[in-house]
Order: sequence, then structure tokens, then C-alpha cells
Amino acid sequence: MTSAKVNTMSSFPLFPDQASVGAQRVDAVYFGLLAISAFFALLIFVLLIYFALKYRAGRNVDRVIRRTDYLKLEMTWIIIPLLISFAIFGWAAKVYFDLRTPPEDALEIYVVGKQWMWKVQHPNGVRENNELHVPIGRTVKLTMTSQDVIHSFFIPAFRIKQDVLPGRYTSQWFKATKVGEYHLFCAEYCGTSHSGMVGKVVVMEPLDYERWLLQGVAQESMAASGELLYARLSCNTCHKPGGRGPDLAGLFNRQVKLEGGDFVTADREYIRESIINPMAKIVQGYPRMMPTYRTQLTEDQVNEVIEYIKSMSGGQETASRSTK
Amino acid sequence: MNEAVVAETNYLNAGYGVKSWLLTTDHKRIGILYLLAITGFFFVGGFFALLMRLELLTPPGDMVNAQTYNKLFTMHGVTMVWFFLIPSIPAVLGNFLVPMMVGARDLAFPRLNLLSWYLFMISGVFTLYALITGGVDTGWTFYTPYSSAYTTTNVVPVMIGIFINGFSSILTGLNIIITVHTMRAPGLTWFRLPLFIWSIYATSLILVLATPVLAITLLLLGFEHLVGVGIFDPALGGDPILFQHLFWFYSHPAVYIMILPSMGVISELVATFSRKAIFGYRFVAAASLAIAVYGFLVWGHHMFVSGQSVYASVVFSALSYLVAIPSAVKVFNWTATLYKGRVWLQTPLLYAFGFIGLFTVGGLTGLFLAALAVDVHVTDTYFVVAHFHYIMVGGAVMGYLGGIHYWWPKMTGRLYPEGWAKFSAVVLFIGFNLTFFPQFILGYLGMPRRYFAYPSEFQILNVLSTAGASILGVGYILPMIYLTWSLRHGKPAGPNPWGGTTLEWHTSSPPITTNFETTPTVTAPAYDYHHDEPEKEEVSQGE
Repeated sequence: MTSAKVNTMSSFPLFPDQASVGAQRVDAVYFGLLAISAFFALLIFVLLIYFALKYRAGRNVDRVIRRTDYLKLEMTWIIIPLLISFAIFGWAAKVYFDLRTPPEDALEIYVVGKQWMWKVQHPNGVRENNELHVPIGRTVKLTMTSQDVIHSFFIPAFRIKQDVLPGRYTSQWFKATKVGEYHLFCAEYCGTSHSGMVGKVVVMEPLDYERWLLQGVAQESMAASGELLYARLSCNTCHKPGGRGPDLAGLFNRQVKLEGGDFVTADREYIRESIINPMAKIVQGYPRMMPTYRTQLTEDQVNEVIEYIKSMSGGQETASRSTK
Repeated sequence: MNEAVVAETNYLNAGYGVKSWLLTTDHKRIGILYLLAITGFFFVGGFFALLMRLELLTPPGDMVNAQTYNKLFTMHGVTMVWFFLIPSIPAVLGNFLVPMMVGARDLAFPRLNLLSWYLFMISGVFTLYALITGGVDTGWTFYTPYSSAYTTTNVVPVMIGIFINGFSSILTGLNIIITVHTMRAPGLTWFRLPLFIWSIYATSLILVLATPVLAITLLLLGFEHLVGVGIFDPALGGDPILFQHLFWFYSHPAVYIMILPSMGVISELVATFSRKAIFGYRFVAAASLAIAVYGFLVWGHHMFVSGQSVYASVVFSALSYLVAIPSAVKVFNWTATLYKGRVWLQTPLLYAFGFIGLFTVGGLTGLFLAALAVDVHVTDTYFVVAHFHYIMVGGAVMGYLGGIHYWWPKMTGRLYPEGWAKFSAVVLFIGFNLTFFPQFILGYLGMPRRYFAYPSEFQILNVLSTAGASILGVGYILPMIYLTWSLRHGKPAGPNPWGGTTLEWHTSSPPITTNFETTPTVTAPAYDYHHDEPEKEEVSQGE
């Protein structure tokens, strides 16, 4: 069913590919758990069978119970599992935390989920559907949102998964360690063709990746496409120095003072909200007059506009400089 | 009691007409009504599972279409969770046994009890109606905004069905709580209660406290779906994660509604068939309450990749490890009970062993899911499917069937054929493991759940699973046949065929309508076996 013919897998695999830095760390916790579980499961199974046979009715065995310190026994099998549990908890939580916090220098790629496909946007403007090309050995951060229902972006070979929500951005990151093609699945049930919302991740050598990025067609960068949208929707009629709306140059990630005195950071979430639902948070000193662009912009276009606004950060830069 | 015949007057022959059943307030008859109803639902839900497993024999979707498949897993979940698992032990065995075990004539509110059965049946009708008129395809979890704004299937009648179903649960829970508090026989102190009562009591607390949250959630969802008020749908200004919090605030405790009663059954089986008081009685009793309380604090572990705060996830992970401890305590104590017991390997004990083994695997794999880093990889895959089937089918259903076999002589006055029963318990165990163990491997490989078509390298494991499911099916049909057969042809059981010590074994089988001729007085703990005196073999076994 899937276009991803994953060549690294045998026809009867019992363990998944391990193709990212995180995968190794997750698998270590998994094997730790497996060892502990196997020990306790075997302990219980062996004792059950042994007692059932040894003490079966009719057998003449010693059944006299000598003084057993019952409280001590109970405490033993409460405290030992508790300590083991907390050790596993701490270990798994540490790995989780590390794998949730992206390193600084990440290559940022945008993902939009919609029934039933994945749209991927690279900052230089390359777009792909149901495929994600990435270079080996480079940290990649995915910034994701959904056009409709909840989806979940799942790459088993990297051991990563994150729900993709409508109306919000979520993110996850990875660093691939093995060249090859890997499955990409939607893991949150999203309607009729949920199991068709699949694709592949292609991990490439850096040079191959550079070549792939420059594939044939001349691309507008995301920011440049955003600039075009910005002009087409006449955003700059109001958003300019001294205009009816706040000037957006240098806005990104800056603190903004709202009506009522609260402050908010002008991050992706805030800018998206201001485009889709402008009345939610009004910047102090400006009138309530901006219309919603909910029906005029798709989520990938919103991404482009935000890229453009980001590119305006350092004074009045133009967008033609790709953020790559 | 060799000449034991089916007791002359009993609750079964107290009246014969349809009305004598449909208007009964006898807790035992209502238990039987529930038994018939949920058995029907079980086979309906099982039929959906069978179709799913057949579809999954081959990688491409080819037997049914994608939407039909989605409806199948939704209806399988809805039927099994709300129409079989949740009512199974509380409403069948709980109804039948709680009054007898506490030495009472009936539950505290017999008419309310009948009302809960009718509510249950009405909710079943709504759900069946939704099913016949096209089904639902949201998954039993009804995640928004898919369920509220995108699906075109019959969500509303199913939600009404589940809403009404909830009231049936609440009333049953309330009845049991009040009965245990107010109607215990003289001398039956809390620490003399059978452990079945402790766990059914803990279950009832959850039923009463958690179910209203489900009702509220469904109301809000219906409101959004019909009126378009933004509560969960981000397009209307709502928050879809809020739905998940509310849903799991009910549905995680609901997992314990399904497993706690089985744990109670297992305590009874282990005590009776090893002729020993349960080791660490007070710890096992307290563990039931601990599970009921902790169960309310861990819902967020279903949401580690949902977009909830990572700090919330860390707290929920830690709390989830805590809830593992009381379950482990139970398993250790059951095992210790067998030590120096007088183990009688009858069918109910086989089921108890099956329960302990499968629940242990289910519980331990729960630790994998509670481990944050591992959960990110395995959540929403077949690993989760395998895990909760080990708990709910390997655990809850094994316990239920063990209980049905153990109390069958009490309910019907007849013994079932032991050889067949042992055989089918073994078939069930093998079929179960073959069905669900491969799914752990599939899950770690990354096969997502709720997939109608899948990559070809997953096929062999899926074929194994489907083969197991057909064996499992045989394991369920066999008891249906021989239990029905035993109603007419089984040997009369006599009042106490297993040598049980709890109060229900101190009355005739089947019991008279009022349960006891005179109110019993209790002077000893629940499992009062004195076998420590050397060599007095084979007393009280069917004698």
C-alpha cells in the first residue's frame, strides 16, 4: 500500500531499524525494561507452577508453616519494585527530556498534516508531499500543524512521534545516523484513509542532499513566497511605521504589550493567532479592526507569511535572502 | 450430601413467566438477565474483531473498505468496553454475589437494581440502532475535532447510548456501596469480608465518581456537534486536548473498573483452591482501594505525545509507576498463598493461573508505556493494543470466566463437565497468546493501530495473530456449549462443591429467593481453613 519500499528491512523483521541518535537511547531503556520484566515474569511463572505441583492436594508434603515475618515480606515486595520503578522512571524521563529539547543549530522544516497527506516545506521553498528528505548527521527540527483534525507524525526508525494539532504548532527533532529510506506513518486516527496517510523519510549524504535541494525548478524561498502573499493581501496597507496596525519589522520573538497591560512574546503561535483570530489579542494603542484571514490562507501559506515576518527581523531586510 | 439434588425451591423456580423475570427485583435474577445480555454483546463485539482480523490477513485493504474497517474497530471497542467489560463482573457476579457474600437478602435498593438493567438495555438499543443505520467511525475514544466536526457517521445515537449506559453503571455502583456499608450480617466486620467484596467495593467507588465525568464530556461533545458551540474544536475556538483530558479522566479509571473485579474473583479462586487464607489479606484489600484512588491520578499517561506540557507528562509518568505497586502486591500475595497450600487444580484455578500469568505480562508492559521515552515510540501502535488486551482480555475476561465457572454450580445448581472445561481453558490461553503476543513485536516495529492496510513486512506477524484469534474464538464458544449443556445434564452440585468458606456456600444451590433461611452470623475471617494440623487429607471436597 505504501510507496515507501523500505529496503533495509527483511521480509520478517523482529526489530526496527535504528537510524537516529535518539533511537539508540530509547532502545537502551527498552532493553532495560525487557530484562527487568523478563526476570519478574519468570519469577512469578516458575513459582506458580512449582507451588501448584509441589503442594497439590493429596501429596504428602510438609505443610506446617513456621513463623514467617509476614510484614517484612510484604515490605520487601513493595519497596524493591518501588525502587526499580523509580529508577526506570528517572532514566526514561531523562532520555525523554533530552529528546524533547532540540539543539540550537537545527535545520527547520515545516510540516502540515491534512486529511490524508503530509505537506512538507523546506525554508528554501522546496515542497514535497508524503516524503521528507533530510541530510545525515544534521539536527532537523520539524515544526508541525494540521489543516483539519489531529494527526501524528511518526518515524519508527527514529523512535519519534508527536501529535500534529489544528490551531497550534508542535515540534520534534531528530538527527539521522543511517542513510536509507524509512517509514513515515500517521499514528493518530484521522478518518477514512488514516492508514493511507503514510510516506517515507529519505536520509541522504550531505552532498546528495544539497543536490536534491537544488532540484531543477527555480524555487522561491518560503520567505519570498510569504512576501508575495503579504503584498497580495495588502498587509502593508496598515502594517507599516505609523500605520493603523503595528509595524512588523523586527517583531519576531520580541515582547509585545497588549491592551490591558499584559505582555506576550511574538512567536509563531502568537503571529498565527493574530492572522486567524485577530481579535484575540490586541496590541496596545491600535484599533480593533483587522479582519480574519482564516479562509484566505492555508496553514502552509501561514507558514510562509510567518517566515517573511521573521525575515523582516533585522531591520528592513528583504525576503529574497533565503533563510537557508 | 451425595444424594444432592437441585434444591427444591429456589430463585429459579420461584416463578416461570416472562413477567416473573422482566419485573423481578431479585438480585440473582437480575444478575442472570445481565449475564444473558452481556453474553449477546460479547459475541457481537467478537464478531467485529473476527472481521478485523480477517481483513488484516493481507497487507492491502481488500476484504472490506477503509470506512467499514474503521467502523468495525470503533464498534468493537464501544461494544466490548461499555456493553461487556464494564458491566461484566460488577453487574453479573456482583449482583448475584454481593448480597449473599455479606449475608443479606438482596441489594439495598432492589428496584433501582432492576432500573439499572433497563437503562443498560435501552442504551444497548440506541447503540444497536446506530449500528444498523450505518455505524460510527471515530474510534471508541471519540477524539475531537474528528468526532465533532468531520465525521459523517452516526456519532450522536452512540453517544446517547453511552450516556444512558453510564447511569446504569452509576446506579449499580451506588447499590453495591450502600449494600456493603449497611447490610453486612452480624459479625461480618470489614476485615472479615471476602476480598471479592473489597474489590467490587473499590470498583463501585470508581463507577460512581468517574462515570459522571464521561456523561459531562459526552454532553459537551453533543452540544458542540449539534449546536456548534466551540468547546473542543479549534476552528470554533475550542481546545481538542481538553477533550482528551476529560475523556481519559474517565477512561483511565474505567480500566480499573474492568480489572479490579477480576482481581477480586482471583482472590476467591486462589483461596478456595489452595485451601488457605489469602496471604497478606489486608495488603490485598488495601491494594484494591489504592488502585481505585491512584487510578484517578494517571490519565495524562495517555497523552505523552498529544502536545500536553512535558512537565505534566513527567508527573503523570511518575504517578503511573506508583499505580503499578499495588498490582504487584496482589500478584506476589496470590503466589505466596499457594505456598504450603493444598492446591486443587480445578478449572477455576486454571483460569486464575491464566489471569495471573497474562496480567503479569500486561502489567509489566504497562511499565514500558509509562516510561516516557519508550512511550513516545510505542504509543498509538500495536504495542498498546497488545498491552491493553493482555489486561482486559487476558486479565478481565479470564477472571470473569474463572468466576463464571466457580459460581456456576451456585447459580444453576449444576456442575459443568470438568474435562471439557479444563480443555477449553487451555485452548483459550494458547489462542490468546498467539493472538496478542505478536502484536507487541508489531508495535515495537512501528505498526500503528487502527490501520486498515499495512506494509508487507508486517504480514507474517499479522497472520500469526489472526490464526491465534481463530483458536481464541473456539476457546470462547466451547464454554458456551458445555455450560448450556450442563443446565439440563450437569450433575447436581450440592450447596458447596468446592469447599468454599464464604457465605454464599452456606446456602443451597441454587439459593432460595431470600438467599438464607435465617440471617447468618459470622464469627470467623473470610477464608477460615485450618489445615495446619498435620494430615487430615481430602476433607470437604465435594463431600
